[in-house]
Amino acid sequence: MSVEARERRQPWILLSPALTAITLLLFIPLVFIAVYSFWLRTATGADQVGFFLDNWQEALTDRFYRDILLYTLKIAAITTILCAVMGYPAAYFIARSKGNKAILLLLLMLPFWISYIIRTMSWINILGVSGALNTFLLWIGIIDEPLQMLYNQATVVLGLIHFLLPFMVLNVFVSLDGIDETLEDAANSLGATRWQAFLQVTLPLSLPGLAAGGLLCFVLGAGTYITPLVLGGPSDAMFANLVFEAIITQLNWPLGSALSLMLLVVLGLLVMVYNRYLGMAQLMKGLG
Amino acid sequence: MSSVTLKNIVKRFGSFTAVHQTDLEIPEGAFVTLLGPSGCGKTTNLRMIAGLLDPTEGEILIGGKRVNDVPIHKRNLGIVFQNYALFPHKTVADNIAFGLKYRDVPKDQIAGKVQDALDLVQLPDVGSRYPKELSGGQQQRIALARAIVIEPDVLLLDEPLSALDANLREDMRVELKRIQDQIGVTTLFVTHDQSEALAMSDQIVVMSAGRVEQVGAPEEVYNNPASEFVANFLGASNVIDAECRAKNAEGAQLDTPLFGKVTLPAEKSVRLSGAGPAKLVLRAEKLQVMEEGAAPEGLITAPATIETVDYQGQTVRYFVRVGDAQLQALNMIDERPFEKGSAATVGFRPQDGSALAPA
Ligand SMILES: Nc1ncnc2c1ncn2[C@@H]1O[C@H](COP(=O)(O)OP(=O)(O)OP(=O)(O)O)[C@@H](O)[C@H]1O
Ligand SMILES: [Mg+2]
Repeated sequence: MSVEARERRQPWILLSPALTAITLLLFIPLVFIAVYSFWLRTATGADQVGFFLDNWQEALTDRFYRDILLYTLKIAAITTILCAVMGYPAAYFIARSKGNKAILLLLLMLPFWISYIIRTMSWINILGVSGALNTFLLWIGIIDEPLQMLYNQATVVLGLIHFLLPFMVLNVFVSLDGIDETLEDAANSLGATRWQAFLQVTLPLSLPGLAAGGLLCFVLGAGTYITPLVLGGPSDAMFANLVFEAIITQLNWPLGSALSLMLLVVLGLLVMVYNRYLGMAQLMKGLG
Repeated sequence: MSSVTLKNIVKRFGSFTAVHQTDLEIPEGAFVTLLGPSGCGKTTNLRMIAGLLDPTEGEILIGGKRVNDVPIHKRNLGIVFQNYALFPHKTVADNIAFGLKYRDVPKDQIAGKVQDALDLVQLPDVGSRYPKELSGGQQQRIALARAIVIEPDVLLLDEPLSALDANLREDMRVELKRIQDQIGVTTLFVTHDQSEALAMSDQIVVMSAGRVEQVGAPEEVYNNPASEFVANFLGASNVIDAECRAKNAEGAQLDTPLFGKVTLPAEKSVRLSGAGPAKLVLRAEKLQVMEEGAAPEGLITAPATIETVDYQGQTVRYFVRVGDAQLQALNMIDERPFEKGSAATVGFRPQDGSALAPA
């Protein structure tokens, strides 16, 4: 075999285990879901095999689904913006800290060692009626009755931020860490104040990291059903909760399939727009 | 354009003193070089003048005004960093225009000034490119253009040539000097390369371990080093034990075990205070290796044995044994070098030596 031929084949050989796994575990199930979405659930509860557009018609025309989809995107957007506002300064601090960068990064990764569900549930122990905060406020006598702090939109956003902030910080950190610090010195020497130097030099150079972090936060936030389930009230359901509801509670797999594909397409479009303008490479850098 | 003065500057990092009690005067319009080995505190001094570091003690004056408390963005300095520090997301023209935006330059004049700066560094057509589309030498010139377009009071250059390869470095050396002459800006240049320092400077400040060893014109520092360190940092020198018998207005009489009596002219014996122990400094290129028994007029000679021959084409470096000492000689040759192990004579003109008081 010639060297060129070997070089052409080698990536495929190296990729084949991953490609096999993706095909078996992701692609084939997706095809199943797509097929399911055209079946029909009959009144008897049995699925009728065939090519029916009923589920799609319901998903695309019922205002209920549209409203929840928009609400989901709104919650994801709010969460993403708050993560960016809170995560950027933290990432900047870590990137500019001299000796203890490694420790700070380790602390940032620490929450990943605990299951996301358990981390989400921990808020019940903090904000619940007999949680730590209420117990404390009752004890010092500021309140007489426990406050109802849980199960609203704010706690859902709180839970999402808790879940997603590290992704934002990591992505922005990677971007900032790659920026040469003498660039800011150079800007200062040319007459820019520290704040101007940040706006003119550091911020634009870190935008790819901010965008990558933003995309991750948005997509993960828009796709979650655990957080609204655990920390939200009855009116705080997000789109993935509808899928959960259709499939697990109503056992209506065809409708659930159509709904989940709908969310997949919306988020997929977003990723495509991102990829068009910023490229996936930056996202990979932030994850790696 | 302004002078720069350092008064009793000390810089400590924790318990480590990077710069000891330094006084330095950079006259208006001069090209002054800080020369010294790695870690001797050159960059630290430059960063203190720039305002990127605060001195632990002492005062920094620019144009006669104390600037210790003036932040960097108000000091009006042009700095060229070792890695150029060009803004990668801005075009070359925007890089150069960066500093003009913070000055009261009317918008319609910015483009003209940028073009003038590009012309000055002889890259008139690269304004619309991005820094990564330029070669190292071109990036270097743009960094210089960006620093001088703001008409700084002082130009600070931290090893600006060290990232270039040898040929380009020599071209840029000439180029840099031409530009500095043309605009006449007070310049502080940092390098550890003695030939750069000798070729470009009005004054050289030789530093070692956070202290200034000598300040002087290149010929002065080269021909009449103030210490053994300076003698050896600017090329190779032989430092020979001697005893000063007498010193007067004419010069000094030295007794050396290797060469006998040597009479140095007055300007070469300024570092001696009178009779007593002394050192005789002989640059390797001033020590001539000759046929055995040669005794040309005006040369002080001694018999020698050649121990090592390092042939470099036009020049040859010998290590020769004279008495109990090994001396170094760097000679021009046009034929064959002397053979290793052969007997020879070494000699020098007394006015080529210089004297040091023992430390
Ligand atoms: N921020 C710092 N903290 C602690 N020590 C430092 C710091 N900056 C410099 N030093 C020390 O101060 C000394 C002088 O450093 P400096 O950078 O001025 O050297 P230099 O002469 O520019 O050397 P080079 O030719 O290698 O650039 C060095 O020993 C260095 O380790
Ligand atoms: Mg340095």
